[in-house]
Amino acid sequence: MGAFLTKVAEFEIEYHQFLDAEGNLREPAPALAHDSAELIKMYRLMTLVRAFDTKAVNLQRVGKIGTYASCLGHEATHVAVGAAMRPEDVLAPVYREIGTQIWRGVKLSEILTYWGGDERGCDFSVPRHDFPWCIPIASQMLHGAGVAMAFKIKGEPRCSVTYIGDGGTSEGAFYEAINLAGARNLPAVFVVVNNGWAISVPIESQTATRTLAQKAIAAGIPGVQVDGNDVIAVRHIVGEAVERARRGGGPTVVEALTYRLSDHTTADDASRYRPRAQLDEAWGKEPLLRIRKYLTRKNAWDDTQEKELQADCARQIEAAVDQYLSGAKPTTDAMFNSLFAEPTPALIEQREMARRYANKHGH
Amino acid sequence: MANLTMLEAITRAHAWEMSHDPSVVVLGEDVGVNGGVFRATAGLQEQFGKDRVQDTPLAEGMIAGMCVGMATQGLRPIGEIQFMGFIYPAMDQIANHMARLRNRTRGRLSCPIVLRMPHGGGIHAPEHHSECMEAMLAHHPGLRVVCPSSPARAYGLLLAAIRDPDPVIFLEPVRLYRLARQEVADEGQAMLLNVCYRLREGSDITLVTWGAMTVETLKAAQELENDGVSCEVIDLATLAPIDHDSILESVAKTGRLVIIHEAPRNCGIGAEIAATVAEKGLYDLHAPIRRVTGYDTIIPLSRLEYEYIPSVARITDAIRATLAA
Repeated sequence: MGAFLTKVAEFEIEYHQFLDAEGNLREPAPALAHDSAELIKMYRLMTLVRAFDTKAVNLQRVGKIGTYASCLGHEATHVAVGAAMRPEDVLAPVYREIGTQIWRGVKLSEILTYWGGDERGCDFSVPRHDFPWCIPIASQMLHGAGVAMAFKIKGEPRCSVTYIGDGGTSEGAFYEAINLAGARNLPAVFVVVNNGWAISVPIESQTATRTLAQKAIAAGIPGVQVDGNDVIAVRHIVGEAVERARRGGGPTVVEALTYRLSDHTTADDASRYRPRAQLDEAWGKEPLLRIRKYLTRKNAWDDTQEKELQADCARQIEAAVDQYLSGAKPTTDAMFNSLFAEPTPALIEQREMARRYANKHGH
Repeated sequence: MANLTMLEAITRAHAWEMSHDPSVVVLGEDVGVNGGVFRATAGLQEQFGKDRVQDTPLAEGMIAGMCVGMATQGLRPIGEIQFMGFIYPAMDQIANHMARLRNRTRGRLSCPIVLRMPHGGGIHAPEHHSECMEAMLAHHPGLRVVCPSSPARAYGLLLAAIRDPDPVIFLEPVRLYRLARQEVADEGQAMLLNVCYRLREGSDITLVTWGAMTVETLKAAQELENDGVSCEVIDLATLAPIDHDSILESVAKTGRLVIIHEAPRNCGIGAEIAATVAEKGLYDLHAPIRRVTGYDTIIPLSRLEYEYIPSVARITDAIRATLAA
């Protein structure tokens, strides 16, 4: 008996970038690269997200909201994923992807409401079927897979899109979800946002694999990398993945390479662990400037439009902040009323007690 | 009427509900062709197809997490965890999502899920196959925990659990799976959740128990009856939320309370019952409350498991001591 070798896997990981950091287009590029209206729509939301994010961080600094997870630097990935999805698809986010959520209809005031410490922020008026923020790392991966399983069982041409960070790929739930999605050929797309850092732990400490996309190979499904700061590449590649999923072509892992230009959250200070030079270099590749340069060069965008856009964003944000700040504090009943469809006798008793002691806690 | 074991009653309840509600789906390890390692889902895949009765890859956290995702899209998943000792990888999904999703979305999304699993020891199973960890689950706000003690209650309570709009952990006492047969009307009649069931009426002492321990408790009550002691036996049935009113009512009548459970004593559900009776029914008591429970040890392997599981002798002794106090 000899040893027999069977080659079972040999792979290359595609990396897609159409728009480089200077806003130069690499051909061949998808038709989207010449659809200025669609690109402007995405650029407008990226700009709104950047301005809103800055405002949210400031609101935390002055004590108007609680801890907030900034999305600075992720705008292209988040907005492009939103644009690639259809309204009837389902999003399972982590806690940073407000660009996707806003594209899908979540209101700025709802985002502030949640980070301001009120569960009503998760009761999106639109879209009603998306998952809210998911704090326990990677656990949302299984929700995305479960949603996709429901679509498959019901024969609906919809797909789930689930986010995870680079750190999250070390969790068991990541593997469980992509394994299940592969084994059952589920209409699911998993977007790994590799921003280089899991709080203070750099990607090199997270894994020995050269890419996170290649982890998909072990699950028997396609994995692909994109420049997460290139809105055209993310929109195109995720668009292909969701179309394939809806057609019954199965799941995909898309690794979007980007960079967390902010601290992990407002409770974090990245200067404790992150080399300044790395941050400076990352700013040179940030996502907004390149698409603006590209659109400007195409004569599809000019300074006047930019100024109007900035003013429009400021107005929208101001209105949202006003709405958030003028909202009434929830009553203590809110703790009890939605735990079950009907509160239990113990909850009714405790609800009464909470009413009696409401606003008498000395804080 | 059909003369059924608890296992057969559980299978019938699945089949009834799947026939009448197309949103009900079953998933778990070996639940399909094999019908589950105990055969609780025997024949269901044949009857309802591979989409609605699915063998999953082997990962308990995945089963629970899938259930959450599926439930938010209009399905009513019934997930099987093969043994309660394997529930731990699923706890993240159960505690952080299943139990919380309705609350954190203020009712926008909910989890009408049943997570079934065998509960307890006494069948000479390998290590990690005999756990009673109901208190850990009952402690989590947002979960219902149910444990039937007869074929008829397994049938009726499982139907109620499936129809409940919120997650229900359904604990199936392995010792009772094939222990006895009972006439069960397979007519889709659910029983009430959130209430106790009185198994035996009595006037001298109240015995509260659930699951497999109803067997030893009823034997103890029978033995005491020969001595002229009238025991009231209450099957808690829903372990969270507890029907304290029924227990208090019984204690008001008997003035004495012994709680019997297989799970460890420390922070067990017996402590919650005892504390509530102490808070709300202390002046009805003629004697201190006693608990007869599993020891605060790991449940031993099979050679010693019946030394761990409370015996009839331990229960009768506790009853006699309570009556003498």
